[in-house]
Amino acid sequence: MSTTTTNQDLKNEIVNSFRAAQFGEANEHREKAILQLEKSGLPDQKHEEYRFAPITKAIEKNFTWKNQISSFTLDSISDFLIPDLEANVLVFINGSFSKSFSKIISPESQVKVKTLHEAFQSEKPVTDTYFDKLVNSETDGYAALNTAFWQDGMFIHVPENTIVEKPFLILHIHDSNQGQVIAHTRILAIVEKNSTLNLIEKFDSIGSNPVFNTITEEFEIKEHAQFEYCKIQNDNGNSYQVANTSIRQSGSSQVNTFTLTLSGQLVRNNFGIVIDGEHCESHFHGLYLLNNNTLADNHTVVDHRKPNSFSNEMYKGVMDNNSKGVFNGKIFVRPHAQKTNAFQSNRNILLTDTATINTKPQLEIWADDVKCSHGCTSGQLDEEALFYLQSRGIPKQKAKAMLLYAFAAEVFAPIKSEVLRTHIDHLVSERLHQIF
Amino acid sequence: MLDIKNLQAKIGEKQILNGIELKVNPGEVHAIMGPNGSGKSTLASVLAGREEYEVTSGEVSFLGKDLLALSAEERAGEGLFLAFQYPVEIPGVSTVNFMKTAINQIRQYRGQSALDAVSFLGLMKEKMKLVEIDQSLLSRSLNEGFSGGEKKRNEIFQMAMLEPKLAILDETDSGLDIDALRIVANGVNKLRTKNNAVVVVTHYQRLLDYIVPDFVHVLYKGKIVKSGTKELAKELEAKGYDWIKNEVAVA
Repeated sequence: MSTTTTNQDLKNEIVNSFRAAQFGEANEHREKAILQLEKSGLPDQKHEEYRFAPITKAIEKNFTWKNQISSFTLDSISDFLIPDLEANVLVFINGSFSKSFSKIISPESQVKVKTLHEAFQSEKPVTDTYFDKLVNSETDGYAALNTAFWQDGMFIHVPENTIVEKPFLILHIHDSNQGQVIAHTRILAIVEKNSTLNLIEKFDSIGSNPVFNTITEEFEIKEHAQFEYCKIQNDNGNSYQVANTSIRQSGSSQVNTFTLTLSGQLVRNNFGIVIDGEHCESHFHGLYLLNNNTLADNHTVVDHRKPNSFSNEMYKGVMDNNSKGVFNGKIFVRPHAQKTNAFQSNRNILLTDTATINTKPQLEIWADDVKCSHGCTSGQLDEEALFYLQSRGIPKQKAKAMLLYAFAAEVFAPIKSEVLRTHIDHLVSERLHQIF
Repeated sequence: MLDIKNLQAKIGEKQILNGIELKVNPGEVHAIMGPNGSGKSTLASVLAGREEYEVTSGEVSFLGKDLLALSAEERAGEGLFLAFQYPVEIPGVSTVNFMKTAINQIRQYRGQSALDAVSFLGLMKEKMKLVEIDQSLLSRSLNEGFSGGEKKRNEIFQMAMLEPKLAILDETDSGLDIDALRIVANGVNKLRTKNNAVVVVTHYQRLLDYIVPDFVHVLYKGKIVKSGTKELAKELEAKGYDWIKNEVAVA
């Protein structure tokens, strides 16, 4: 595996801007990451893991490298909220935490919420234990970039035996009306034993200048804990994003995730789960409904390290116009992880001749007493099904939308929160009507 | 009601229909029989508007309109219904929602207002009884995991809901045991009025014991080569198709 960048200039620019900048906290992590980055650079398309995601090339082309915090014009966040969702709202604008737009409604007894900067001061033992432990800055250049440059972030800590009743909604709003935006954000959440947390992250953009955003999330889920996670990527046309999401599950914990990707120039999701305990149950769902020239690349890793756990991964995509979808699903079942049940499916529908999908399941199974399966399909809408609907009086366009909606709905139907599910349903329906 | 003149059609380069002539009046039941590969299902598909088939010659008028100029959904709007030989499984779409959409689209086509939820449910209950189909089946994804009999019963349920003027049943008897056959046939019979018509496409006579035809046509090599009454169907059942083939060869 080679990690090279074709463009030394970009790398030098990045390193120079790092040397010129002042960061308050986590300097030892940052130093380590920048050295790593200096050594390996950012991945280009010769890098096996980034073959279909020319993000480095796009950044060279579209951004002047400055580690600046762009100014913004936004004066209300109401357009970005989820209707009727009563939640703790944490707002990042261009990568910086906005205290005035944020609102915490859960009592302190249920959850400790701080900016990462604060946490590095007052929660040092916890940050030392968990920060930068799950994400792999050594193998992913963009993870290293984020670790070196993160400008702001959130620390969420749920104590043992606690149900956080209200969900967290983290809004990442990028306002590029005043110029290009480069933002690096970071989330660290720890859910202790027997506790429950619901977290939603939502990405939106306004303005037409380019936006480059890296986000790193680390979620530590302890024994018997429950974690519901939803990510909505609805950045408008001119944004580039690399997300590194890492979750570790301890024994008997439950994790359900849903990733919805709708817009942006290029979205790369590195999504990794380590199942590090027995009797865990996890469902990882993803839906990408792409149009125009959007490229969405979901790289997922499910790593079963202990026996007797269950994981089910289901990603589906619909590609219209010139959009591109990429799915790479790795499942590791380590030698000790006997009696693992691990399932994966990836299904894709291409609506035009110019839309593409590259899909690759990769199962590496070292244990011999396991149940694992994977399946991927790529194709067009079923003509026979279309004709069936038409023959009952349903016009072709409507019949197409019905079939696509049914295809997509399977992925988000299991979302527990009705308010959230309704919102997703609304976004999906809106997108499917836009397609036609 | 339906007037087919010299209908010729092909799929790819393969000519299948070679000049069909058929007239169906309101209140009539026509059976179309014939050996495998004679073009029976193609005729049904062409009438319903399946796009893979290319009509190379001829005309079809349905209630005074040029049927071949209409899209599949417009034909449904005009009152044509095809019960599929192989009903399609559609995961994620329940029969109930499917029918609600279909009925309201057809009503819209006809310039009628949409049915409200109460009237729709009332209509559904009434038709469910008629074709002896269970609510639980209709709440499930359309045809997904249905048995052969359940699929065919669902076709007749849809027919009952949409109240077509002309229903074409494409080998509705295939894959049915005798009880399912009776239920399906009873459903069709209950839906018959003096204003609508049914075309039954079938291999076998046994369905015609239940849905008694006024006319029986034998299709062979893409043409109707013989027409008669229900007695013709019995003769075919007893003697097979070879004598028809011989007659055609001699002619």
